[in-house]
Amino acid sequence: MVVARRSTPPVPPATRPLAPPLLRVGARRRWRLGDPAFRALAAGFALSVVGIALLIAVVLFRRSAAARQAFGWAFLWTSTWDPVFLRFGALPFVYGTVVTSALALALAVPFGLGAAVCLAELLPRSVADPLAFLIELLVAVPSVVYGLVGIFVLVPVMRTLTAPVAAALGWIPLFAGPTYGVGLATAGVVLAVMIVPFIVAVSREVLLAVPQAQRDAALALGATRWETLRHVVLPYARSGIAGSVVLALARALGETMAVTMVIGNRPEISASLFAPAHTMAAVLANEFTEATGDLYLAALIEIGLVLFGITLVVNALARLLIPPEAARP
Amino acid sequence: MTTRTRRRVVERTMFALTGAATAVTLGILFFLLGYVAWQGAAAVSLDFFTHLPAPVGERGGGMANALVGSAKLLALAAAMGIPIGFLGGVYLAEYGGRLAWLVRYAADALNGVPSIVVGITVYALVVVPMGHFSTLAGGIALGLMTIPVTLRTTEEFLRLVPADLRDGALALGAPRWVTIVRVVIPAGARGIAAGILLALARVAGETAPLLFTAFSNRYWSPGVRQPTASLPVMIFTYAIAPYDDWHRQAWAAALVLLAVVLGANLLARAALGRGRPA
Repeated sequence: MVVARRSTPPVPPATRPLAPPLLRVGARRRWRLGDPAFRALAAGFALSVVGIALLIAVVLFRRSAAARQAFGWAFLWTSTWDPVFLRFGALPFVYGTVVTSALALALAVPFGLGAAVCLAELLPRSVADPLAFLIELLVAVPSVVYGLVGIFVLVPVMRTLTAPVAAALGWIPLFAGPTYGVGLATAGVVLAVMIVPFIVAVSREVLLAVPQAQRDAALALGATRWETLRHVVLPYARSGIAGSVVLALARALGETMAVTMVIGNRPEISASLFAPAHTMAAVLANEFTEATGDLYLAALIEIGLVLFGITLVVNALARLLIPPEAARP
Repeated sequence: MTTRTRRRVVERTMFALTGAATAVTLGILFFLLGYVAWQGAAAVSLDFFTHLPAPVGERGGGMANALVGSAKLLALAAAMGIPIGFLGGVYLAEYGGRLAWLVRYAADALNGVPSIVVGITVYALVVVPMGHFSTLAGGIALGLMTIPVTLRTTEEFLRLVPADLRDGALALGAPRWVTIVRVVIPAGARGIAAGILLALARVAGETAPLLFTAFSNRYWSPGVRQPTASLPVMIFTYAIAPYDDWHRQAWAAALVLLAVVLGANLLARAALGRGRPA
């Protein structure tokens, strides 16, 4: 959303005099006090952002204390999720989050990178800019709308498509039936659609930022445009492209609504991609309001804490990788 | 095949593949918009905007309460998030003291927090002390999520204001803060307004942070202390329910929500001239 392309900035409508030429003494004193006051006000609001970020971390940490004390680190690698007997292990949710995000990246990276190359390197700006804008509009579509289309369009399609796959390749655990339509694979596809625009947008910016002289040099040596791209432009842009993928990963890890609507919401670890599963964000959406008892609630908040920590690290990594001129707030 | 032909074939093939990737991505966009428009147009009616949800099992009804609920939540979010984001952005662009990096870092962190986690935090801080779900809690959750985008766009656009304007105002004897309020901010106002619009459009479609803050309601929700229906949560509830009539209503709601969100994005882009969308 950086808009640093405007050559002539707008001129303010400051037609009224800023200050009368001669100030009354009292007015001048008031204005002198105004400077530190305004600065303090702005600084206060700015620092409140830091306070809010800290507050989220502190709330999640303190409210999950009961679960952390009861289960320790084993919370992360035990797979029993039994609210009745108050035994909580988050492994099924961690597994679901990791597998759906990995699937989403596997699907989204080729398409996103391909589209970014096409929109940055091949098409003229007059065509590429509107197309890029359209793809970036996909970012604005609310996730619950993705979920809605997922339930009523993608789930039936996946049911039809996966049944023959399970029949033919079902002896491989990864593709074993039964196929319900909902499950890890469907969630991966929905997530892939949701993160492609991030990869396209950021990767395209990174590619556009590669100096033209780099391309010219390779072309002058007799390289084809593809060879120039493959051996000069992409290596130059490698870090930023990796950053766009990491940024997309962060989105996929935290995505809640679209996933919970198509994954089947079953806290089990199954080898098959067609099996219903659950993710960390999805279990929060499903069980938080129904959680009775302090330990159950604390266990759910601990999942939120883990999710918070993971996305913090992944986002920081993306920020390190994406060059500032291609970053957007 | 000579090396030269092979190289040309490789080039053609690879570039054709990138074109195909673009076409598929755009195809998904057009399918998505077209499908929601098609299903939504068939389901939307005047009743949708003017009636309460019908009792379970009865056909018809609308989502008037959810429309009002969403508007109230957005108003609260704006009232809470925009002053923080805007003045924070002013601080970063105009003063940027020693703690600026920390504020930027916190804003980035806040931007990356999954929305469901924001919901949990507000649940613990507002819903639990109040004892019940409320419009207020939902507005606070959405407000927190508007802060990072508002803050960063405010900073960006104030930085674009040329130093000459500041110098001119200061040379005329205006104190720093009058220069900022009367000269610098008006010069960047258009971009800042677009950024705020984008921040609000982004939270308008958020569902996850509302699930356990604003919750939902099948009736009107007067004031801000009661649970309220909202468009995104209604879409979710209706989509996973087993009734065909509810599914139709969900499509109608999705069309209305999508039109509002995409409309706001297009408006913001128009305001930015040759700028780019969020």
